Amino acid sequence: MRHFRWPLIGLLLGALSACGEEPASDSVRETGLAPDTIVSGYAFLTPETQSEQDDDFLNPANLWVDEGGKLFLSETGVSAACASCHGEGDMRLDGAATRYPTIDHASGELVNLEGRINLCRTRHQQADPLEYESEPLLSLTTYVASLSRGQAISTALSTDEQVFYEVGKTYFNTRRGQFNLSCRECHDLNWGKQLRGDTISQGHSNGFPAYRLEWQTLGSLHRRFRDCDAGIRAEPRTYGSADYLALELYLRVRAQGLPMETPAIRR
Amino acid sequence: MKLIAVFMMLSLAACSDGPVSLVNEGDIVGDAVPAPLTDSVASIEEGRGIFVERDRGHCILCHQVDGLDAPFQGNVGPDLTGLGARLTPGQIRLRIVDASRLNVDTVMPPYYRVHGMNQVAKEQAGKPVLTALEIEHLVAYLRSLEG
Ligand code: HEC
Ligand code: HEC
Repeated sequence: MRHFRWPLIGLLLGALSACGEEPASDSVRETGLAPDTIVSGYAFLTPETQSEQDDDFLNPANLWVDEGGKLFLSETGVSAACASCHGEGDMRLDGAATRYPTIDHASGELVNLEGRINLCRTRHQQADPLEYESEPLLSLTTYVASLSRGQAISTALSTDEQVFYEVGKTYFNTRRGQFNLSCRECHDLNWGKQLRGDTISQGHSNGFPAYRLEWQTLGSLHRRFRDCDAGIRAEPRTYGSADYLALELYLRVRAQGLPMETPAIRR
Repeated sequence: MKLIAVFMMLSLAACSDGPVSLVNEGDIVGDAVPAPLTDSVASIEEGRGIFVERDRGHCILCHQVDGLDAPFQGNVGPDLTGLGARLTPGQIRLRIVDASRLNVDTVMPPYYRVHGMNQVAKEQAGKPVLTALEIEHLVAYLRSLEG
């Protein structure tokens, strides 16, 4: 039953963390989900999968956390390891993932965790960016996200982020594909119902990158978006595309403070 | 021959201006499309296959029918058990062709429509989900469900 208490704790934590932010708007926004109904994808897993996720030795996603932890400590190309900046002190990354995607102040662009890791590589480590969905980028992203496990996703939205939020919300609510459906039709209006053997969840992002049973491997949130788009026979957007980044931001706020679960297992 | 080809291209170009609807307004009477979409003979058996199979209509993604031999039938849409006793073939036809004509907010996908679509996957662009004959097979199957 633990997951049913999460939304409440999440809301409390969300409210707390919102206080420390720069000019951020009200944390409770109008989305297609009533705040008191919000549940993690965890709630829709079988009890066996839930206990597998909860057990660090059984959870397959931990392989990527371990690998990412190693990469985090190792020197990259000609330069220092991530840990040389983020190992201790103010720049530790505990809780960092809860605030992504967010604006990169140097460029004004919206970046997600994958994007931030690549910016650190190019700006601070004299290294090439890693390819989206490559094993090293998945591992580093999963490791960094795991440092926020149990912490509430930030619902704070700065004024700069607002316009991206609207783009993401529009993507979520726009019908597309040969089946002419939007994310909203399934994840706002029909969650809890059966799509054949699958119970439709609310489509939250808090477990990603996640080990998906269907993939038999770990993948990013954008890979999950591409599957949902392909499912309604829409042309998926590319990894790291502007629409998917904005969608990711909309989902962060829409999660209304659910706790991060990476490394999670999903169906 | 050349002249005919040019004439055909011109008339095609003329059509692509407005929304190209596979079923015209004039074919809709009330909440039904009374006339079959094709003269080919429809089969209940074929219809059942299309209703169930993943790489065909796969309607059981969202619907269930009592007594149908298929595991894990969905419930996003209404139960279609006994549908033939509730709706006429023409009513069933319009709901499969384009249910949004009856309810703009519908979750039921349009199976025989190509206009007003957005971001359709490249392989499917410009094509309806099902052919006219596949829809007639489905109508034949669903009208055979009488309780
Ligand atoms: C036709 C129904 C349908 C549509 C439309 C749809 N999805 Fe999904 N989605 C599913 C199903 C089924 C799953 C797998 C079961 C689950 O977790 O909900 C899923 C899973 C997800 C998940 C993973 C949730 C978790 O906890 O693991 C996310 C995130 C998601 N969808 C987001 C989206 C977004 C964003 C869109 C639109 C771009 C979208 N979905 C469109 C049916 C749909
Ligand atoms: C993504 C979900 C989904 C899929 C897939 C789907 N339907 Fe539906 N269907 C619905 C919903 C929801 C309704 C209710 C329509 C409404 O309220 O606007 C509906 C309604 C209907 C109706 C009218 C039922 C009544 O009692 O009025 C028929 C007939 C029907 N569907 C047939 C089909 C057939 C045949 C297929 C496959 C070729 C199919 N559906 C696939 C969701 C779906």
